[in-house]
Amino acid sequence: MANLSVKLPGLDMKNPVIPASGTFGFGYEFSKFYDINVLGSMSLKGTTLEPRYGNPLPRIAEGPSGLLNAIGLQNPGVDEVIKTELVKLREVYSGKAIANIGGSCVDDYVQTAAKLTKEDCIGALELNISCPNVHAGGMAMGTDPAMAAEVTRAVKAVITKPLYVKLSPNVTDVVAIAKAVEEAGADGISMINTLVGMRFDIHSGKPIIANKTGGYSGPAIFPVALRMVYQVSQAVNIPVIGMGGISTGRDAIEMMIAGASAVQVGCANLVDPYACPRIIQEMNDELDAMGIENITDIIGKSHQYK
Amino acid sequence: MKNYQDFLTINYNKELIPGLFEMELEGEGASFITAPGQFINIKINDSLQPYLRRPMSILDYDDTHIKLIYRIRGEGTKILSEKKPGEKLDVLIGLGNGFTDTDYNEVIVVGGGSGTPPMYGLAKRLIAKGVKVSAVLGFNGSYDVFYEEEFKKLCPTYISTMDGTYGTKGTVIDAIKENNLSFDHYYACGPEPMLDALVKNFPDNGSLSFEARMGCGFGACMGCSCKVKTKPYKRICVEGPVLSSDEVIING
Repeated sequence: MANLSVKLPGLDMKNPVIPASGTFGFGYEFSKFYDINVLGSMSLKGTTLEPRYGNPLPRIAEGPSGLLNAIGLQNPGVDEVIKTELVKLREVYSGKAIANIGGSCVDDYVQTAAKLTKEDCIGALELNISCPNVHAGGMAMGTDPAMAAEVTRAVKAVITKPLYVKLSPNVTDVVAIAKAVEEAGADGISMINTLVGMRFDIHSGKPIIANKTGGYSGPAIFPVALRMVYQVSQAVNIPVIGMGGISTGRDAIEMMIAGASAVQVGCANLVDPYACPRIIQEMNDELDAMGIENITDIIGKSHQYK
Repeated sequence: MKNYQDFLTINYNKELIPGLFEMELEGEGASFITAPGQFINIKINDSLQPYLRRPMSILDYDDTHIKLIYRIRGEGTKILSEKKPGEKLDVLIGLGNGFTDTDYNEVIVVGGGSGTPPMYGLAKRLIAKGVKVSAVLGFNGSYDVFYEEEFKKLCPTYISTMDGTYGTKGTVIDAIKENNLSFDHYYACGPEPMLDALVKNFPDNGSLSFEARMGCGFGACMGCSCKVKTKPYKRICVEGPVLSSDEVIING
């Protein structure tokens, strides 16, 4: 049995596997499939100040080894999340979750974060400044270093828990954004969010997704995620949670070798609701086979090759 | 914890009319179905391509068998159509709410095109309960009519075709009116324009099964949420696919 435990700011985890926001609801939905206490942590559905219905349907299309989505941050709003969703989560989960926060302007993020930081079941917050599917805020904030720093600083000022900032891959220089949010006080970085993409109906020429563009994720983007985590984890001194197309224990190990201190699993949950417990088991088996006792020994193992 | 996943064995996979297949699956997981109108979500193969599962309605079922009818619509259903008896499929079973509101005396089941199959399993169960059932099935033309004989063995069955080559010319609504069908409730599954037309004509007493592009099929991705009158939204995969006619927002 390998030791899979990792420690991140605000999160003392028995293993590094965290279901990614937007693919795991508010967690409790998955307790119909397995005991969600086996997870390292979980990143909850993106929460905004006001309730949001999200984008019109269709919101989903498919691509080679991946999924294109444009949900548009559908959620019942922070007050309802606290009143209903977190109550349901506590009934089935005793660990600490990550609250993922969306918004249209700095003040939205600040007010939402100020409410969620008070919840005992929340170990850390994750600032989603990288959602490609909302027309205000979202990715616009995460693609400009100055704006990314501003929202990070403003949120840090009102919360008592560690803050992770979730970065977009839809930028020329992801390292610049990462350094800007580190400088602004981020305690960690989670990356990558989805890549902006499209699909068309070849008969009508119409975009399949009603929002026209969507965010692409799944195994197809795994090498892109690895490259970005590799770059950022060497440029900052805060931990990076790596994600983007992780589907197996081997993928998770590779992501940690790239420099991630923990991993998030997104799309894989949608195709296989049992993906996370399976990945945890596969990581253990793989490390045993490799003769590695502590998962922390492999974090950033690739960085030695200059 | 309820189980949802099983690896079911294909008993047969036969073409009913060009491009339309009936498949029977066998395995203990069939018992996870709790109501007609629930659906299954099939992983087409072990590879990453196609990536997503394919949600499919259920034609009929018992404790160890699930039958479905599907049309070849794209890459996934094409691969499915080439599967041979004996092959196994990774299937999530018993998803969605299904038709649970069934305490009526006289009903009609309304199926449109490839939305017809779940009406068969439903009609069978309603008849077994002693409900008086008639079926109204709508198709494009005589060329794509299927399962008429099977329905006729269960109950009086009325067909409509858009091009008038068989049965009533027009929609299922025309067939309902032409045959003066009386009912205290109706159940429907079919293309959205058909469901919308039913809600417009009969707003108070229907249960309608909707279709949507789904990411997961079990409530995690929010890909299939639709607006309803009773709540801010319902997920077609969990709080649906069956919605009641008084909560449906037309073109919602």
